[in-house]
Amino acid sequence: MYAYDELDRTLINERVSEFRDQVKRRLSGELTEDEFKILRLQNGVYLQLHAYMFRVAIPYGTLSSKQLRRLAHVARRYDRGYGHFTTRQNIQFNWIKLAELPDALSDLAEVGIHAMQTSGNNMRNVTSDQWAGVAPGEIEDPRIWSELIRQHTTLHPEFSFLPRKFKIAITAAEHDRAAIKIHDIGLRLHKNADGETGFEVLVGGGLGRTPFIAKTIKPFVSGRDILSYIEAILRVYNQYGRRDNIYKARIKILVHELGIEKFAKEVEEEWKAMGDVGLTLDHAAIEEVRSRFSYPAYEKLPHMPDELKQAAHDPLFERWRKNSVSAHKVQGYSIVTLSLKPVGGPPGDATAEQMDAVADLADKYSFGEIRVGHEQNLALPHVAKRDLPPLFKALDRLGLATPNVNLVTDIIACPGLDYCSLANARSIPIAQELTRRFANHDTADLIGRLHINISGCINACGHHHVGHIGILGVEKNGEEFYQITIGGRADENAQLGTLIGPAVPYAEVADVIEDIVEAYLALRDRPEELFVDTVKRLGVEPIRERVYATR
Amino acid sequence: MPLVKQGRITTDLFVHVADGAELPGDGAVLVTAERFLADPEALLRRAGKVGVIWPNNRNLDDLVPHLDRLATVALVFPTFRDGRAYSQARLLRERYGYDGELRATGQILRDQFVFMTRAGFDAFEVKKDADADAFAQTMKRYSVFYQPTGDGRITALNRRMQLRHSESAGQ
Repeated sequence: MYAYDELDRTLINERVSEFRDQVKRRLSGELTEDEFKILRLQNGVYLQLHAYMFRVAIPYGTLSSKQLRRLAHVARRYDRGYGHFTTRQNIQFNWIKLAELPDALSDLAEVGIHAMQTSGNNMRNVTSDQWAGVAPGEIEDPRIWSELIRQHTTLHPEFSFLPRKFKIAITAAEHDRAAIKIHDIGLRLHKNADGETGFEVLVGGGLGRTPFIAKTIKPFVSGRDILSYIEAILRVYNQYGRRDNIYKARIKILVHELGIEKFAKEVEEEWKAMGDVGLTLDHAAIEEVRSRFSYPAYEKLPHMPDELKQAAHDPLFERWRKNSVSAHKVQGYSIVTLSLKPVGGPPGDATAEQMDAVADLADKYSFGEIRVGHEQNLALPHVAKRDLPPLFKALDRLGLATPNVNLVTDIIACPGLDYCSLANARSIPIAQELTRRFANHDTADLIGRLHINISGCINACGHHHVGHIGILGVEKNGEEFYQITIGGRADENAQLGTLIGPAVPYAEVADVIEDIVEAYLALRDRPEELFVDTVKRLGVEPIRERVYATR
Repeated sequence: MPLVKQGRITTDLFVHVADGAELPGDGAVLVTAERFLADPEALLRRAGKVGVIWPNNRNLDDLVPHLDRLATVALVFPTFRDGRAYSQARLLRERYGYDGELRATGQILRDQFVFMTRAGFDAFEVKKDADADAFAQTMKRYSVFYQPTGDGRITALNRRMQLRHSESAGQ
């Protein structure tokens, strides 16, 4: 965990009092709604269909039990008793009252949580691998760098009014769980030939109405130079990014219009011209941040404790363990994913009671630490294997042990037309229906890894382009229709999905998805071939034929 | 529109002269980049200070050679959501060493004062009287800064390292 010190706490409190003043000026009429809009967006406050929506940052997906309890408190005290975890390591509250927002922020600030730059045209919450610091084979803990970048991008005096939002994600593992290739800047931590730690820097990824996979702008930037290099990218973007059309304002469009070589050259020139502006991170600076991350005092535990051997006779436990428990870098420990995708439930939602209970379980079994992943699930990152059986029982009682992690019902979905003023179509009821269709866990196991991503409009908050199956809600003559793509992925081999056929009406979506899955089961050349690999091998056509033959 | 300078509301000594309008014989004038670049020498020869309003979509290269003879450079925020002039300000101060008045003009609200000051602005044509009145108070809002800029405010990271250094020296 990163421990906020007096300076971090002071800054968060100063931001709360500034926002309190801004709300006061809005309520008194001193600020127009137009003026206030930009200011509230700088602090995570949207106006949705029914109420203000409030988005709170969970930087690089790390929470303490104390912080999670405070999020539960906010859900209970200021909202309707639940929160929604998003695809970018944030949590959203959908029913907040403007006049109460400063108090909610103030309550969160007490435990080092804020909503700075969770929306607006600025540098957003820095995200990372939810398994950072515990995944086997990691180069090093990417949260050190995430925190350095979080600080650098917070209330930046030059880049708080960019052409459009700007998202940075960092991974340090071979398997990319942070979806860095669909970010404005993606950073992949690795070591160069001299053994020095640095970053492959990717730029210009993003979804929305013009999706792009990020391109490598520089294969290696030393860790000491990463802040100045990011500053150079931002300066080029701030000056030359388009501001005439909101849909062409992301950096991906600038990179596309200039071409990656020309863009890279502009950045390189700016970077060289910057000289020493105090952004070089020397060893002491990096160690200063590193020193404020604390790690659990792990015990020396056996690889296979007796408790686990005994529990293996329980088929329900075994099914959950095989699905939701992952290897930890320390022997005798596991990473446990908590599915927020119960059958029939809205993806990513957690009640205040569940949050409190997870906080208690984290204290008991995971050194008080919780993680939030971009797939909208939670994780307990340091669970001793001997504790897995009692943890399973507790999670099961809470409805948090659905054994569907990475399976067909582990659906990513945006809030859609049920909440969002931008949406054209509903997302959540589609997800709910699909979880009912595939509720049989044996079937889901048989299908294997399959990511379904659903967005209620072209803005793509549900990352539909990079779902193995992507579902995009559109509006046709006042009715909800859905375009379906297959073959997308968000990992290190990120790729955009391909449209499989004409859009289908709301009532037919689940049928089509079932047919797609059936076509895959018939076409895969062996059970281990994942859906996305079958699509890659065969292309879209054979699946299209089977699905649309009778339509 | 009140002008805030050195933390206080002051009288603006510069007269905004529109393109095509006749220049006053003396006194400080503020002209557009186009008018200035059409004949910089003529403008700089006359009695009275000269300032230039530099658009936020124009490269600074044409301005840089004249910086040491300008009394003010006014950078433009057509709306406060358009942040290009923050980059121009930092470049003028930190890269080109401009040390004259750097003025923010356009849609200026109190909520930008801290950012603008950090980027190098020291004069502000503020849109609302209440915001101009609140300048000094607003500048006290923040005491912690994460980024180094040319304004010399110490960053949180450097404060921590100094603290650590003094703690270890005291042992």
